[in-house]
Order: sequence, then structure tokens, then C-alpha cells
Amino acid sequence: MSRTRTVPTENLCARVEELSGESVFACYQCGMCSAGCPLTEEMDRLPSQVIRDLQLDDPTLLESNAMWVCASCLACEVRCPKGVDLAKLMEALRQIVLRKSIDNVSLDGMGRETIRKLPQIALVASLRKKTG
Amino acid sequence: MENGKMTQIYIMGKAYDVPTGITIMDAMEYAGYRFTRGAGCRSGFCGACGTVYRKDGEYRLEFALACQEMVEEGMHLTQLPFTPAPRPPYVLDELDPRENVLLQYYPEIARCVSCNTCTKACPQDIEVMDYIQAALRGDLEKVAELSFDCIQCGLCAMRCPADIKHYHVAQMARRLYGVSASPEPEHLKVRLNELREGAYEAQLDELVATDLDGLKARYAERQIEVASEEGS
Amino acid sequence: MNGIPYFPGCSLKDTASGFEDSAFYVMETLGLPLLELDRWNCCGTVYSLTADDLMHHVASVRNFVRVREMGADEVVALCAMCYNTLARVARRIDDDAEARDKINAFMNQEADYEGGVSVVHLLDVLRVRIGDDAIAEATTRPLEGLIVAPYYGCTLVRPKEVSVDDSERPTVMADLFEATGATAVAFPFATECCGTYQVVDRPELSLERSYRVLRSAVGAGANVVATACPLCQHNLEQAQREFGGAEERIGRLTIAYFTEILAAALGAGPERLPEDLRSLLETHVTIEGGA
Repeated sequence: MSRTRTVPTENLCARVEELSGESVFACYQCGMCSAGCPLTEEMDRLPSQVIRDLQLDDPTLLESNAMWVCASCLACEVRCPKGVDLAKLMEALRQIVLRKSIDNVSLDGMGRETIRKLPQIALVASLRKKTG
Repeated sequence: MENGKMTQIYIMGKAYDVPTGITIMDAMEYAGYRFTRGAGCRSGFCGACGTVYRKDGEYRLEFALACQEMVEEGMHLTQLPFTPAPRPPYVLDELDPRENVLLQYYPEIARCVSCNTCTKACPQDIEVMDYIQAALRGDLEKVAELSFDCIQCGLCAMRCPADIKHYHVAQMARRLYGVSASPEPEHLKVRLNELREGAYEAQLDELVATDLDGLKARYAERQIEVASEEGS
Repeated sequence: MNGIPYFPGCSLKDTASGFEDSAFYVMETLGLPLLELDRWNCCGTVYSLTADDLMHHVASVRNFVRVREMGADEVVALCAMCYNTLARVARRIDDDAEARDKINAFMNQEADYEGGVSVVHLLDVLRVRIGDDAIAEATTRPLEGLIVAPYYGCTLVRPKEVSVDDSERPTVMADLFEATGATAVAFPFATECCGTYQVVDRPELSLERSYRVLRSAVGAGANVVATACPLCQHNLEQAQREFGGAEERIGRLTIAYFTEILAAALGAGPERLPEDLRSLLETHVTIEGGA
């Protein structure tokens, strides 16, 4: 690898709000998003914890796997009583990393057998969400 | 070339006065550059001389082949003699044309955002985005058809925001299509058979036995078929 | 225009061709054929969620230009992911003239898109323009014996702005199947995510999510799960392959596109239907003079 790319971790909340267009502080921690999310067992932080950590500007948030496990299913968005689009917050967190050319899925390691069986939309979507 | 008239161009930022009406490649050599890379056939076929330029007062970049494009006043140019595009090894006979092998070997095709930047970069006026879209769908024939004029200059791959290697994808498609899907040339088989059976031996012997004057006379008298109005 | 402009999307042309083929049959039979857009391109699923991103909407907007070139102002999609992406971009671009201008300026070799193309899903067309009564009338092979669990997944019903029905308790597919004589069952996982694109690099995630969907469907007594998305179909099939050996009810399930089931009801020949649906029809449905 040539130069090491780093992702700045300061002012995460402000940067996420700008990228997402959402108001992080509208969340009152009711937990509906976590209740509806189908992938919480695989996450190291619950969706409601992610947004709480954003409110607190937690710099370790970018090390979480939550935004990569997220499947953009929008169960959180559709159920939030305050109308906070958590899916957009997750996307913003992903983009903050991806826009530094740090991909989350590698094409080289993928294997032809994997690709052979998949409908194209799987690959298109995965690369959209996990590569910059 | 127009005698006496000169045109000012900028080669990698440095200004030169070159004769008006010559190609970029000739102009660069006139200015003292020697091509050790980035020149090949000099006839618009090998794709070695991919050139990026813009004109004075314009912000848009344009793309051309140095051996084909004429210099223009206020042209600012540079060359891209090589594109570091990976090409995975494959054995044609082992590929199944019914599968989407293009996507298997070049999964980055799925990153295409239909921005059309590749098409704009193509010096051969190929609808590059369209053939990448066809590749994504597994339409081998369409990729082969649309990419026919590709000379592998690499300008598309250099401009693509998704880092797709268009010309490698297209070449794989054309090869695979040729090997497994394009129709057999029946007329060629017939002719080859005729040759094997000696149908043309007598005529060839006669030609070989003709002297130089005789050959010249035959050449001068050869029949030329004029193409008809509605296609030849 | 005798028909409705149709956007296939990449997967429907090869990996999910059964979905398209059955849809063509259904719509021909019902008198509103699907007219494929000329020179369409990949919609670029999934919808890009950042506020500043316009590049990832270009692909969809280009397709809207194609719709206009056809002289139309609407387009129907089959693939739920394509439907969702196109529909969301259409709204975004309709609402934001500045974004529209920027995209038009960028796509300078196309005619400008002025907005106004409406994106609909086939389920909506079937419900509103054809109607369940017409489908009941056109049914030549009643599907009594089929117990269908309609699986919507995510992109058909979320976000609410583009949902084909109620986001939590949709019934549009159930109504459709009831019209053909089948029994439709509601099940709690009808709108739970199948795992979607996680299947690419973390297949264990999608296997688990899809397994839960299948288990919920058999729990409701279904013998068929109906899908509306090539990725849902793929993920559910993978889960069936993985867990169907150990759990017989899951192994015996038929998993098919809703158009394939509908095509069966409308008299499609068995050779046009997927194998598991064919077998199910043979064992469960009394064929009286059907094709």
C-alpha cells in the first residue's frame, strides 16, 4: 500500500448532519429503530446507540461495524416517531469513510463463483453502498 | 500543411510555434520530441497516442489520437501513452458464453453510474457507456457490435470515476463472441474447400508463368466493380 | 400507445429472466403489454442517501429522458429495487429544480429532463388499471390449493412516499392472489429485509435474515412464497438450499415471482413456469381445461 489514508474523526456530528440533511438532536432515544432493525445482532452498536454516540460526537464511532452491517432496509426510517431518517445518518457515516477511498468491500477477493450466481442488483447495490 | 503559416500550441505547458495543418504527433516531433512510447502505427489504428487537450479560453478537456488530430491555435495538450489497466488471465475455451463472464472477470462494471464520461473520452466515437451497460446485462453480442472500432487507447479507463476497464471488457466480449457465438462464415468454408480441391490451381499456375509485361497488362485491364447506388 | 413503458433493469435480462418472461405473458393476456424502453441503462440501485450527491441520480434521470423520448410520462418497473430507486429519484428531481438543472447541464448530450415522469410498480398497475375483478375473470387455471405468503421485502414498501401499499401491513399482493382463487396468508416477516446486498461479501447475514422469512412463512401455513425482487428471490432460494434439508417444510416451499404465480393462473403453459411451481400445481391444483 502506498500512502495511508486516514479519516478525520472530529466534529462527526456536524459533518453527518450536513451530509445527511438530518437533525441528529431530534432523536429522543425511544429505541424504535433498534427494535425494528433486522441486523442488530451483528452490530457492535445498536442503531439507537449510533445516533446517541453521534449526539455525543464520539470519535470511535467510525470504528463501529454498524454502518457496514446496515442493509439500508429503512425499517428504522419508517418507524421513527420523530421522523429522523437514520438510514441517511448511516449513509453519511459510510460516505465519510468511502470518500477517502477506503472501500469496505474488495472486488479482488470476491471470487467468480460468487458473482456467477448473483443477480446484478446485488453487486450494483453492494458496490454503491460499500465502495467509494 | 500551409506554407509559411504557423500555429501556437502548448505541449505539456510549454509554448511552441509549429507549422499549421499538421498533426499533433508531427507537431511534437517538429518541436523536438522523440517518441519512444506513445507512437505506433501513426495511422489511427493502434491506440498508442491517446492525447488530452483543451483550447485557449475553454475549460472542457477533449480527447484525440495525436497521429490523427490536427493542431489548432491555442491548443494545450498532454499525452497518455499508457493506461495501467489490469487484465485478468483467462482461457477463452474455458469460458461459458451463456454466463455473464464479463461481470465475473470485471465486477467493477457494476459500479457504472451511467455518467457517459467514457463516451465523451473516446476518439473513435464509440458509444462506450452503452456497451458497458450491455456488458452488465450479459448481452455479449451487443458489446461486440458496439465496440468494434475500439483501438484500446485507454482514454475511457483513465476518465472513468468507477475505474472500469472498458476496452478490456470489450475485447473479452469480442473474443468470446467470435469464438462461441458469432455465426459461422459458411461462404468461407465453401471457398476453402474449393481451394483444397484445387479449383484454382490452373489459374494460379497461369499467373505464375506470366512474365512481368504480361502481369502489368493484366493489371491494367482488371475489372473493377462499381458499387451500386444502394450499397455495394 | 398500446401498452405501458417498461423499465427492466439489468437482472431481468439474464439472472431473473423468469420474472420478466412471466410478466410479459401476464400483461399481454390482460391487454396492457409492457413496452421496453429503448436504450435504457442500469438505474444504479440503491438510492443514494447523501444530500449532496447528484452523480448517483444521473443514471435514473437518463432513463426518464428515455421515457420522454418514447412520448410517455410514466414507466413501470418490475424489480422492486429498480422501482424504489427510480421512484425516489423522480421525486427528488421533481422537487429540486436546482438539482435538475445541474444534472441536465452535466448530461449535456441528452435532451433536458423537465421532471414529471411518474414511476409505478407493476403491482400498482395491476390493482388500479386492471383490477382484481378483471384478473379473476381472466383466470383460467384457478389456484385453489395454493397457500401464498406474499413477501414484500423492503424496497416495495419503504419509504412511505414510494410504497405500493401500507408500509407495515400491505395487502396488494394478497388481494391479487385471492382473485386467482389462491389463499393468501399474512405472516409477520412479510416486510422484513432478506439481507439484500450483504449477500455479496457477508452471505451469512443474508442467509440468516432470509431463513427467518421462510420460517415465518411456513409458520403461517404457506406452500408458496411470492417475491417481487430478484435479490429477495435469490436470497430466499439460497436460504432454502442451506436450511431446507434440515427443515422439511422450508425445503418443500415453492419460491416464485408473483408474476410467475399469476401467469400460472392466467393459463401459462407449464414450460413457461419454474420447476417448483410446476410441481406444486400438479400436486395441489385441479386442472380443469387449463393450458
